[in-house]
Amino acid sequence: MRHTISLLVENKFGVLSRISGLFSGRGYNIESLSVGETIDPQISIMTIVTSGDDQIIEQITKQLNKLIDVIKVIDMTELDHVEREMVLIKVAPRHEDKAEVLRLAEIFRGRIVDSSQKTYTIEITGDEKKIEAIVELLKPMGIKEFVRTGKIAIAREGVKK
Amino acid sequence: MKMTGAEIFLESLKKEGVKYIFGYPGGVVLGIFDLLYDNKDIQLILTRHEQGAVHAADGYARSTGKPGVALVTSGPGATNTVTGLATAYMDSIPVIVFSGQVPTALIGNDAFQEADIVGISRPCTKYNYLVKDVKELSLIIKQTFYIATSGRPGPVLVDLPKDVTVSKTEFTWPELNIRSYKPTYEGNKWMISQAAHLIAKSKKPVILAGGGVVLSGASKELKELAEYTEIPVTMTLMGLGSFPGTHSLSLGMPGMHGTYYANKAIQESDMLIGIGVRFDDRVTGKIDAFAPHAKIIHIDIDPTSIRKNVRVDIPIVGDVRRVLLVLNKILKEEVKEQWSEVRKAWLKQIDEWKRERPLTYTYSDEVIKPQFVVEKIYELTKGDAIIATEVGQNQMWTAQFYKFDKPRMWLTSGGLGTMGYGFPAAIGAQIAHPNKLVIDIAGDGSIQMNIQELATAIVHKLPVKVAILNNHYLGMVRQWQELFFNERYSYSELYSHVVPDFVKVAEAYGAVGFRAIKPSEVEPVLKEAFKIKKTVFMDFIIDWKEKVYPMVPAGAPIDQMLFEEPKEKAEKKLKAVK
Repeated sequence: MRHTISLLVENKFGVLSRISGLFSGRGYNIESLSVGETIDPQISIMTIVTSGDDQIIEQITKQLNKLIDVIKVIDMTELDHVEREMVLIKVAPRHEDKAEVLRLAEIFRGRIVDSSQKTYTIEITGDEKKIEAIVELLKPMGIKEFVRTGKIAIAREGVKK
Repeated sequence: MKMTGAEIFLESLKKEGVKYIFGYPGGVVLGIFDLLYDNKDIQLILTRHEQGAVHAADGYARSTGKPGVALVTSGPGATNTVTGLATAYMDSIPVIVFSGQVPTALIGNDAFQEADIVGISRPCTKYNYLVKDVKELSLIIKQTFYIATSGRPGPVLVDLPKDVTVSKTEFTWPELNIRSYKPTYEGNKWMISQAAHLIAKSKKPVILAGGGVVLSGASKELKELAEYTEIPVTMTLMGLGSFPGTHSLSLGMPGMHGTYYANKAIQESDMLIGIGVRFDDRVTGKIDAFAPHAKIIHIDIDPTSIRKNVRVDIPIVGDVRRVLLVLNKILKEEVKEQWSEVRKAWLKQIDEWKRERPLTYTYSDEVIKPQFVVEKIYELTKGDAIIATEVGQNQMWTAQFYKFDKPRMWLTSGGLGTMGYGFPAAIGAQIAHPNKLVIDIAGDGSIQMNIQELATAIVHKLPVKVAILNNHYLGMVRQWQELFFNERYSYSELYSHVVPDFVKVAEAYGAVGFRAIKPSEVEPVLKEAFKIKKTVFMDFIIDWKEKVYPMVPAGAPIDQMLFEEPKEKAEKKLKAVK
């Protein structure tokens, strides 16, 4: 099963490689990873999406906890939480599809952040299903480039499953 | 007063109580070596290879319980420590390596003797540091010693760029607080009480004691538990000495080359108490068939060890000694059983297994059997020697036939299986225990992997004894080739009965060399060697056909064992296992 794990880590050089090294060294899989500073500049937060059976996920969280630079490990999947990801999609539609592209962007609450004679760049934020859906719809129009941030997640306040 | 990084380094080591550093000089660490030249508090033991330095620090650590320290230069000096670090990491040994590094301004420029040792050693250390500012140095050294020795111990590497050792700052000895590192020492009381009640209910329990018992200093508490509840104890390779091998409740070692009765007891048990173990594949054999009827209690300080390899019914995370103290108290005060009544049938069964298939070998008058050498060493030392081994047959025969009654007398590379470990480790132990008899039981293959350390032993006048069980083969490789590769001995013959002449090698370095060819010569050679206060090599020309038995083929359940028996019978069994 897929799990989204949040990590609070010391904001030091080499920490990312300790974490990615742990995953590669033990044969675990990283589907996406995003890192950024928290309000406290000495601490970074990482969101890692990984997959495995219960035993593997248990090992992953324990192994992460064991790393000296990891302050806290939260398996978001066990909590009620919100997940978001942002993608930037550059579409190069045929002339007759241009209106459809704009319409889709609107339906998905996307924003056109750049346009040229031949392309539109759309910014979309949402959960995985929403992003998959718009990608499916835009594919026939001609996706030229596609960039995604990787997932970030936050627990809903006070609600535990 | 302002001090240079090199001065702060030595001052910090002094504050940590370091007396010996095992090391090797080179370009970027010359500043530190210059200070060591007339330092009164810390002595440097110059090895002949950086790998030897780390293994020696490891042997020092294992035999004392204190951290072992090594100091090497950048580049090749640093990369030569990797095997030693990985060895210590697998066996949870507090080894600390300080490596020189090129000046910070040159890092990343492919400078002369530059290697990214922090990157290279990351997966084989508990933690590592690159010191970027001399102001951080004393704090990093303090953290290093704390991390290496606390929780589940392990090796730490500190990379010291040359400019950091030269620049100056005010020396302070800071307080420690690592917010992201807080090992769990106290076990969960409710879980321990659950364990106690489960122990009371079990009819056929077995204790599996590992290296964690030694590391945590819990031998007394383990003995109390075993004796009070009358539970037999089997000790893993790393756990030998954690419980007396001569005790009537001892089952010896389990697993691939374990005793018949240890493996039988585990497989038949209704409860297995794993204490400071990690259920290595050499112990469990086929994991799905391991201890099939047993409930498993697992006590370990490292939560990742629990449920990594085997299912666990009662997990207890904590320091083994502290957990056992609580467990023993609950058993005595709350549970109170008529243990001897409860255990009668089980202990009788174990005695039958012990009688049915004791550890044994066929003695010969003609040719020296390796087990005979180990037995003689045990007899002559009365078990009161520090024993190191290399890896392979020599290691297994020693584990089987030398009875360890006390912890920290046994130095062997268990997890990584590092050939070339034993001799430098013995040197490290001899430095720590100048008046103890320290013996490395080696093979002719392994001893050649760090044979240059003879010079270290001679120069420092260390009376280390090396007993080479010379079968002119990589014996364990040959054994597997005989059993599993149709006797095709591909590149396992070393011709060590011809080259090198170990007696002459010893003499060339200024050590004493003996050779024994006949069984009758074994005892006189050992006696003579133990009498001399010098480094001695003993070349025992052993029966090259001798194999380590019992043996569980890799991947088989641990009760499917091969014994020393007629070829046809063994082949039939092998077929069934394959």
